[in-house]
Amino acid sequence: MSEARRFIKKLESIVGREYVIHHPDDLLVYEYDGSVDKAMPRAVVLPASTEEVSRVLVVADEARVPVVGRGSGTGLSGGAIALEDGLQVALTRMKRILEIDERNRLAVVEPGVINLHLDEAARKRGLRYAPDPSSQKACSLGGNVAENAGGPHCLAYGVTSNHVLGMEVVLEDGSVTWLGGKIRNPVGYDLRGAFVGSEGMFGLATKIIVRLLPAPPTVKTYLAVFEDVGGACLAVSSVIGQGMVPAAMEIMDALSIEAVQRVTDVGLPSGAGAVLLVELEGEDEEVEDQGLQVEAILTESGASEVRWAESAQERERLWSARKNALGALGALAPNYYLVDGVVPRTRLTESLERVSEISAQYDIPIANVFHAGDGNLHPCILFDERKPGDVERVMEVGGRILEVCVELGGALSGEHGIGLEKKAYMPLVFTNGDMDVMARVRGAFAPQGRFNPGKVFPGGPEYTHSMQRGAVLAAGPGAHV
Amino acid sequence: MSTIKPPTNNPLGRVMDEDLYRCVHCGLCLNVCPTYLETGLETESPRGRIALMKGLREGRIETSKRVVSHWDLCLGCRACEAACPSGVPYGRLIEGVREQVAKKGATSWRHRLVSAVLLRGLLPRLWALRLLVRMLRLYQRLGIQSIVRGSRVLKVLPGSVDRLERQLPRIPPQFFNVSPQVYSAMGTKRMRVGLLAGCVMPLVHGPTMEAAVRVLLRNGCEVVAPPGQGCCGALNLHSGEGAGARKMARRNIDVFLSAGVERVVVASAGCGSAMKEYDDLLKEDAEYSEKAKRLAEMTVDITEFLASLPLVQPRNRLDLRVTYQDACHLTHAQRISHAPRRLLEAITGLELVEMEDASRCCGAAGTYTITQREMSGQLLDSKMEAVLATGAEVVATANPGCALQLEAGLRLAGSDGRVCHVVDLLDEAYGREE
Repeated sequence: MSEARRFIKKLESIVGREYVIHHPDDLLVYEYDGSVDKAMPRAVVLPASTEEVSRVLVVADEARVPVVGRGSGTGLSGGAIALEDGLQVALTRMKRILEIDERNRLAVVEPGVINLHLDEAARKRGLRYAPDPSSQKACSLGGNVAENAGGPHCLAYGVTSNHVLGMEVVLEDGSVTWLGGKIRNPVGYDLRGAFVGSEGMFGLATKIIVRLLPAPPTVKTYLAVFEDVGGACLAVSSVIGQGMVPAAMEIMDALSIEAVQRVTDVGLPSGAGAVLLVELEGEDEEVEDQGLQVEAILTESGASEVRWAESAQERERLWSARKNALGALGALAPNYYLVDGVVPRTRLTESLERVSEISAQYDIPIANVFHAGDGNLHPCILFDERKPGDVERVMEVGGRILEVCVELGGALSGEHGIGLEKKAYMPLVFTNGDMDVMARVRGAFAPQGRFNPGKVFPGGPEYTHSMQRGAVLAAGPGAHV
Repeated sequence: MSTIKPPTNNPLGRVMDEDLYRCVHCGLCLNVCPTYLETGLETESPRGRIALMKGLREGRIETSKRVVSHWDLCLGCRACEAACPSGVPYGRLIEGVREQVAKKGATSWRHRLVSAVLLRGLLPRLWALRLLVRMLRLYQRLGIQSIVRGSRVLKVLPGSVDRLERQLPRIPPQFFNVSPQVYSAMGTKRMRVGLLAGCVMPLVHGPTMEAAVRVLLRNGCEVVAPPGQGCCGALNLHSGEGAGARKMARRNIDVFLSAGVERVVVASAGCGSAMKEYDDLLKEDAEYSEKAKRLAEMTVDITEFLASLPLVQPRNRLDLRVTYQDACHLTHAQRISHAPRRLLEAITGLELVEMEDASRCCGAAGTYTITQREMSGQLLDSKMEAVLATGAEVVATANPGCALQLEAGLRLAGSDGRVCHVVDLLDEAYGREE
């Protein structure tokens, strides 16, 4: 029996034959996630418990095989793509909500639990799980933790990291440990904080404890129509300038509106240059007061129309328009590449003008649908991967946009992670010294560098099995770890 | 990333690139797909199935048994289509692929058996289907069934013949017959409508068809169920028997377009869905494409139709606790979910209790109960759990396939609850004997 065959057999003995995928035809469906990058894994294994995850990792450790965690595969930075003939560990079978503690307002979940399912379960008890990525119907908590996911409502409530209290993680050698826990202010190093957003390079979370918040008694959602994106951006700055922090402020430009409307008529005004969604939450009176202010600001900023959702269904419809916008781009082009750059809120208008210039210069359509309140841009470059040269051009355009973001004082990523396609731009914002510290922290969690190799740090995707901890420390950034 | 150059001749036959490459693999379809939810496997998800189609299109894989098995496990419930933000016409994709697979003979033996006996044998010849169902009725009436069951002979047969036998529908004493008869409207005549009788429904749910007629009459419709009509072709279409489906479609188009009706009312969600898509099915047929479009536009589901009328208020109280199971081809394919619930709520005394995941497939999915027994059984088991948790006495639905599956589910679970079509309950509330 070949070594590869033996490896598969060992995995099968842990999880059962049907949960080890290794035939090339089947692996074809594990070569992608929600992003543009693709790579075929060596195999996919689907464990059902922490114990199985641990045993799988022992087998991978012995065989010195890279390990890549995978949830629903909705990520947009290639985080779940297995490079270097890696083994994907898909956690989709671990999808139980283990506990909801209403009195202490927390939940304990397995990593495969879908974000929306957790929120729905919490809402049945008058609580909510605040981070709500646009893919929340499909994305899982494990992936949210790995990428430190955001979402429209993170404007008021903060990203995933602000809502994770602790997790059980399995490390390279199969050992199981807890980082953080149910206590809100634990003593010692905040390893939980380090782990959230580590993009699958530190370990695999097998249980996650999250904070739940009380569901707001009143929610009011406004839709304002503008002639151009500039006007909408101005309105966002004015609202924040007045000292208000709405629950969410989201902008969609003309191209995104067209895409959404083409799939389903959700009542967005055709021909509008941009729409701005503003959501207010809180006690009745508070929302009423703020609502009057927001209405005034929107009108002053040049909104041609301001309306609000009269019913829960209407509110749902507005949000589904926003949350389906990315997928709807499929109606305009077979592929899109989402650039996740962040700029200071005050420079939103300027940055979008620059994006629009780049779009014209390269003659390539770019749709904008983004978390305006956070200054988190999402220019989506539309293309067709089947057209020769398109992919290369798109990557170049993406790079140009990120350079603009950094030039304006922003960052490379707001919520989707660095992953594969943005790693080349890391030196734009980090010095070698910065990245060296990151590499050392990674080395502390995963001395063999076997978790999700080839991500985040710039440099080629090569992976050296023999790389030992000392070598990692000595190598530093740029040398890829 | 690499640039992909698809081969010029399309190995996917009728499947259009435009439909296929509309999928941007965002994954928002995953958690509405019953087979993905059961298995957690991307290979058994809509996105995975589309990726396999793309793989075949791009010449990266062949139509191997393994690949086909993933398409076969698809229920065709189209929940993914309703959830898809890009508007990928998944139903059209899977039907096109299945047609191509069938042409290549790459299907499983169960599929081939079902195709030969049911799809190509019985459905185009309704007399033969009637004969078979008559025999089944005799089997049940003459006590042979209880002898067979008592003898435990089924238990020693391979596979799950035992379970399948217990899933057989109880055949009612009367069939519903198509005829030139014109049923006159009660009160002021609103319009004349044609009723699709279909294939299996008039045999196993004859009383429901009669209830449909009475409810339509009660609401001012003159009803005809014109002779010459046949099976709508949905089962064939879903199993890759496109040619057969087109033949059946043409026949129904001829019959209904010459029946002088304003609407074609369908009490079976699967048939209604297929008929509303006749235009797509026959778009390359020069003679029929225009007529197909007309018929598609005339076709309405009975719940959708009744809910669009100023409904005559039912007089009788029905003190029943009812839960409603969305038929996939009604809620996902036709996007009708409010109408049947509104009709149920129009009945005084009736308490509508929603079950968990009412719009998730019950595992019936046409011939799926035969071709994919294990998955069908698993889905039925979870469905029954949801149904029983509501404490409802009646499960209402709007499709014969779902009804048969749910009836079998209740029997297997030892429940004495009953399954009704929405129009059965309406008919009851109108006082059916009049």
